[in-house]
Amino acid sequence: MAQAPVNIKPPKFQETPPMPLGDDPENADPMAKEAIALETKSLRVFYGSHLTLDSISMKVAARRITAIIGPSGCGKSTLLRCFNRMNELLQGASIKGEVLFMGEDLYARDVDPTEVRYRIGMVFQKPNPFPKSIYDNVAFGPRINGYKGNLDELVEKSLRRAALWEEVKDRLKKSALELSGGQQQRLCIARALAVAPEVILMDEPASALDPLATLKIEDLMQELAKDYTIVIVTHNMQQAARVSDYTAFLTTEGGGAPGKLVEFGPKDVIFTNPRDQRTQDYITGRFG
Amino acid sequence: MQVLNAPLNLGKRKLKGKIYAGVFIAATFLGIVVLVTLLARIFFVGTSHLDWQFITSFPSRFPEQAGLKSALMGTLWMMGFTLLFSVPLGVGAALYLEYYAPKNRWTDIVQTNISNLAGVPSIVYGLLGLTVFVRWMSLDRSVLAGALTMTLLVLPITIIATSEALRATPSSLATASYALGAGKWQTIRRVLVPYAFPGILTGIILSMSRAIGETAPLIMIGALTYIAFVPGSDGLLHAPLDPFTALPIQIFNWTSRPQTGFQEIAATGIIVLLIVLLAMNGLAIFLRDRFQKKIQD
Repeated sequence: MAQAPVNIKPPKFQETPPMPLGDDPENADPMAKEAIALETKSLRVFYGSHLTLDSISMKVAARRITAIIGPSGCGKSTLLRCFNRMNELLQGASIKGEVLFMGEDLYARDVDPTEVRYRIGMVFQKPNPFPKSIYDNVAFGPRINGYKGNLDELVEKSLRRAALWEEVKDRLKKSALELSGGQQQRLCIARALAVAPEVILMDEPASALDPLATLKIEDLMQELAKDYTIVIVTHNMQQAARVSDYTAFLTTEGGGAPGKLVEFGPKDVIFTNPRDQRTQDYITGRFG
Repeated sequence: MQVLNAPLNLGKRKLKGKIYAGVFIAATFLGIVVLVTLLARIFFVGTSHLDWQFITSFPSRFPEQAGLKSALMGTLWMMGFTLLFSVPLGVGAALYLEYYAPKNRWTDIVQTNISNLAGVPSIVYGLLGLTVFVRWMSLDRSVLAGALTMTLLVLPITIIATSEALRATPSSLATASYALGAGKWQTIRRVLVPYAFPGILTGIILSMSRAIGETAPLIMIGALTYIAFVPGSDGLLHAPLDPFTALPIQIFNWTSRPQTGFQEIAATGIIVLLIVLLAMNGLAIFLRDRFQKKIQD
């Protein structure tokens, strides 16, 4: 299994053919002008024979923040993990349908999941730095992927990008576990950035943090969205309303019923003028 | 108290509690007293013979001239080879079982049987060693035959301890590594094994401590003989195939003699064995703490 070198080229995105605009602006494709980074087509996810996500079709715009919201157990994280093939680390998980990354099927037979994972990075709910030094945490990805350039520079650049450099530049050799929760989470973001991914998936990245640290992470996300495509799972609706450009609302009928995509569209539409009653109920706090 | 109804049998229940506490204290002290008595007796009898001459002399017909040089060196040689064989095999098997083996009935059976093997009487391993290594592989009563037999004996302990250490690594670390594009082996090699290392080390030392005191399998493979030379004295490369004896064997040998002189130096031998054992454990604790510190800072 040959490891491809770290991708340091600027991300290229496929231009989607513009959809014909109707007279009615309501029916126009709101994503017509966007480059599409990720797309799912009739995606279904199974654990064993149990269907957990049913027919999800959605697009993720490049260099935008897409938020996935919904009640607990609706399969938000499962959907997120389909984008970098993390689900297959769980035994018995399988998918049907397609997940396209810049037009290419991520689940095609000749695609190596490790390649997918360094082009599509991930940040987890609970900060999970390695019990190593701050430096070694950031350098981990480049090292395993055979990075040949100047590692010191890359570490600094990644830490700066994650707005952590000023706080840690004097103690790079200290253990990452000495950092606060918010700093650890930004370190995890720096660690993901060091591999030069094109997409960053964030699984409730601020849910274990205090409000101040949360704010820092949100600012950072806005900043990163200039160069990266970001998909964030959150059950904090205010957060989705604050940071996202597009929002997807998933829900489940409960009792093990599969999660379904109820509504997907620009944030403003979802939060101010949803079409579906369930979305309306959820964002107004009537359930979930 | 008048406000509350007086609980029924309060006095009796309190007494019961006290009785049980007393029983458990007695159980603890019984163990300690027996151990301390044993050690005290050994030190009382043995320390007078503990000197440099005892460590550098070969066994002799005369207790005052006898020493355990050959046994000490035999033990060190055997333990060295046991370590060499059992660590890669044990850790490798544990890595396979934890990370590569499919989780099905077959691997369940294997896991259960490894646990069972850890409880098999050591003399059974001696019989196996005699049949396979001494006779079938014609290794004779060599250091190598002893080390291989001991490897079989400690392998289950090493595997179980390593598996437990690996299982204790947080899954979030493995996930983080995979999410950065690491392969399975990279994740195991750079994240999981370093994290589990102190635990693995403890397991290895535990198994070595077990092996160093084992007598029965060595008697079985024929290490119970008068040996007046050190393995490797005819060239270090010959050491693995040289006949040998070991500390517990030498002690066993001396205790079976009627003369009081031999009884006394047997106690001295036990002191030496204990010192070697404690030194090994001390080294292990030192190394473990160092690596744990490395993980924490």
